[in-house]
Amino acid sequence: MASSKLLSQPRWHRLLRRNLPNARLFSGLPTQHPGSVPEPQNHGEPKSKNKFKTASSTPSSLKEAELAKFAAISDTWWDSEGPFKPLHNMNPTRLAFIRSTLCRHFRKDPLSARPFEGLRIIDVGCGGGILSEPLARMGAIVTGIDAVEKNIRIARLHANMDPTTSNIEYCCTTAEKLVDEQRKFDAVIALEVIEHVADSAEFCKSLSALTAHEGATVVSTLNRSMRSYAAAIVAAEYLLHWLPKGTHQWSSFLTPEELTMILKRASINVKEMAGFVFNPITGRWSLSDDISVNYIAFGTKETNNEE
Amino acid sequence: MSEFKCHHFNFQQRVGRETESTRVKRLTVSIRLSNLLKRNLIDQQKKERAQQVRSSIPAMNRILATKAGSNVYRLRIPWRSFSNDAAPKLSNPNAGDPEKGSEAQQYDIAIVGGGMVGLALASSLASKPLTKHLNVAIVDSNPALGRKNFIKKDDLPDARVSTITPATISFLKDINAWRFVEQHRHAYFDKMQVWDYTGLSYAKYNARDADKEVLGCVVENKVLLSSLLSHVQDMDFLKKIHPSRLTSMSILPNSSSSEVDSTSSMTALFTHGRLAKLELEDGSSLYAKLVVGADGGKSRVRELAGIRTTGWNYSQNAIICTVEHAVENHCAWQRFLPSGPLAVLPIGDKFSNIVWTMTPKESLDFKSMTDDDFLKAVNHALDYGYGPHPTSGILGSSDLFSWLKGGISSSANDCFEIPPKVIKLASERMAFPLSLRHANDYASKRVVLIGDAAHTVHPLAGQGVNLGFGDASSLSSVISEGIAVGADIGEVSLLKKYEADRKPANITMMAVLDGFQKAYSVDFGPLNFLRAAAFHGAHHISPLKKSIISYASGEMRLPLFA
Repeated sequence: MASSKLLSQPRWHRLLRRNLPNARLFSGLPTQHPGSVPEPQNHGEPKSKNKFKTASSTPSSLKEAELAKFAAISDTWWDSEGPFKPLHNMNPTRLAFIRSTLCRHFRKDPLSARPFEGLRIIDVGCGGGILSEPLARMGAIVTGIDAVEKNIRIARLHANMDPTTSNIEYCCTTAEKLVDEQRKFDAVIALEVIEHVADSAEFCKSLSALTAHEGATVVSTLNRSMRSYAAAIVAAEYLLHWLPKGTHQWSSFLTPEELTMILKRASINVKEMAGFVFNPITGRWSLSDDISVNYIAFGTKETNNEE
Repeated sequence: MSEFKCHHFNFQQRVGRETESTRVKRLTVSIRLSNLLKRNLIDQQKKERAQQVRSSIPAMNRILATKAGSNVYRLRIPWRSFSNDAAPKLSNPNAGDPEKGSEAQQYDIAIVGGGMVGLALASSLASKPLTKHLNVAIVDSNPALGRKNFIKKDDLPDARVSTITPATISFLKDINAWRFVEQHRHAYFDKMQVWDYTGLSYAKYNARDADKEVLGCVVENKVLLSSLLSHVQDMDFLKKIHPSRLTSMSILPNSSSSEVDSTSSMTALFTHGRLAKLELEDGSSLYAKLVVGADGGKSRVRELAGIRTTGWNYSQNAIICTVEHAVENHCAWQRFLPSGPLAVLPIGDKFSNIVWTMTPKESLDFKSMTDDDFLKAVNHALDYGYGPHPTSGILGSSDLFSWLKGGISSSANDCFEIPPKVIKLASERMAFPLSLRHANDYASKRVVLIGDAAHTVHPLAGQGVNLGFGDASSLSSVISEGIAVGADIGEVSLLKKYEADRKPANITMMAVLDGFQKAYSVDFGPLNFLRAAAFHGAHHISPLKKSIISYASGEMRLPLFA
């Protein structure tokens, strides 16, 4: 099923490439843009134009405009009624999944108040630290990285306000740079990042390289389906105004099969997957088996693969 | 940038109980904070305070103060001054003050009000694995909380009792506190008879109709209190009980200030809105991540947090007292009289508790009449007073509803009984005004309300404290889930989950009770007939009876939606 999608892509993408030089190609194909540097971006980024970074084609002025636009709303990271409200609402649900899978994988006591004591976790694309802070409160040694400097600053200021989160390490860097530094983590978490990345295969390889032996990788993203187009693009951006228009490109969404395949190629075996569904009556998110819109995948690093 | 809105909290001066020193101590200035104005205000306040002190200290003391140095002055007027340095700290414990020996302490949760519901929350938190490590403090000036075992076996029953529903009993059993209640006097009852003064009909409920063993249990309030206290002491949970009243509370807005304050001191955290600060009457203060208002219908926490209420006063007072019978009583009786219901609840050992709702004027009369007259009035009211005994003749026999019976409703065949006579008054008569009050919000930043602080209801169905126990159970679950996902327990989004869980159930129950109260306060022919028909239906139609019993037992959140 995934392969048929691959085959059907090229003609469409050829069209896109002509008209939209910044369109993202499907990542299952060998990377067609040598020198592209996948860059983890944040969930709230309004436009995806600058994600496609070839060595020469991306004008630097455009990138600064994008970053500036994002920096403008980055003050609102911790305003739970602001533009990041859907993320704040979804956060406890994501954390519930992470808690249950990591506790099971690392054999930690799920009834303890600080189950992640002693685990080194990295939050790739941490933004304002919405995920990093609860993880730190659960006892983990957290490192948060993001490509936008302002986000890191906001995250650090906010984390310093609570003694339980003040030892989170925040860096403005990319996953690749950390791989070069040969850092390893017990758990690598990249939520709502991979749909904003230029080359998801390279990105997954970096995530895998950051994962220690027998470690865990958690990735969450949006599915590329009709339902997700209706929900995440039309409803969320245009009707309900939950997200600024242009936050997501539907073509850069990954289906669960595609994600599983890229992760497998990066020697991460996906063990569990769950979906998030939103109940409009109670206004709350919950975990479910429905992976047609938002989904999260938990995988472990296998060491007997050659890649 | 976001505007800074500060919740400013005012003291209300209590008349007649204040000494000069406490009055000065408690005068506060209402403050509007912004980063730019903070320093000016601090200077201003220092000046104002100095002025107030000067005007309030009699001339003699002022001379003494200046002569003997600052120590005497501080001893007489122990209050906290604002810090002397320019850093934006709002308050600093006065280092040289001998009365303020201990540092303000920091807790995770401060429960203001150590009544049944406040202690139930503490008890529930103590029994959950995710929350039992929390630092919890209780603020209550009741001296009984500091003692152990303040109940003696042969005490006469207190007049203040509560009817505990089966849902609450299972909650208390789950948190392992019910075993302490069983060591003291408590009375299960499995039968209930309800009728009114018109004599048109009656309803008898039996626990067997809903396949239960009991309809409820009547326990004295002090027994519940001491049981819950024993439980938390047993679990070694509560860090501290502050025997004082709350006088002020400050919570600042979240500030992601540009000044990176690297100290994680309590005052710094408080300034950034991460902690609430509570000041108590005895001069001590404490910081907490979450303040729980469990301090009753006239909640100070609710007042200080600026949460508004909706409601009205019923023009009724309730007289409560303990009475004794010649025989054991295992049934709960309630008769709706023209000015309000009269309820007789078994407490055990031949004692019963009377709750008689009536107009305020009548309540004054009944409270002041002699014991014998009162007993006679009670017996008369339960018997032929105000109207005849109900017979099932008027509305047809039970054959009318035989097609709706659907199963054994054996109590439909129970005849009307007259309650056992009361022979002795075993306690003083107390009178309380009744009202309905509901807080518009249960939660605001770092503050949450449970129990009577959030809702007060009419006692006619014995639901008040059971709603409070439901609140305590729900809040402790929500806090536990929040800790499981590493949330900050004072965040409004988490507390709103508790509100969304309890508000519909509480409001529905309040509506039902208020409806009953209003339906029974009118004496109008057709309405009387309707009420009688409702009684009759409830008595004979077993599915309806089952669902009434289930709802009143707390097992159904909403009536009629099984």
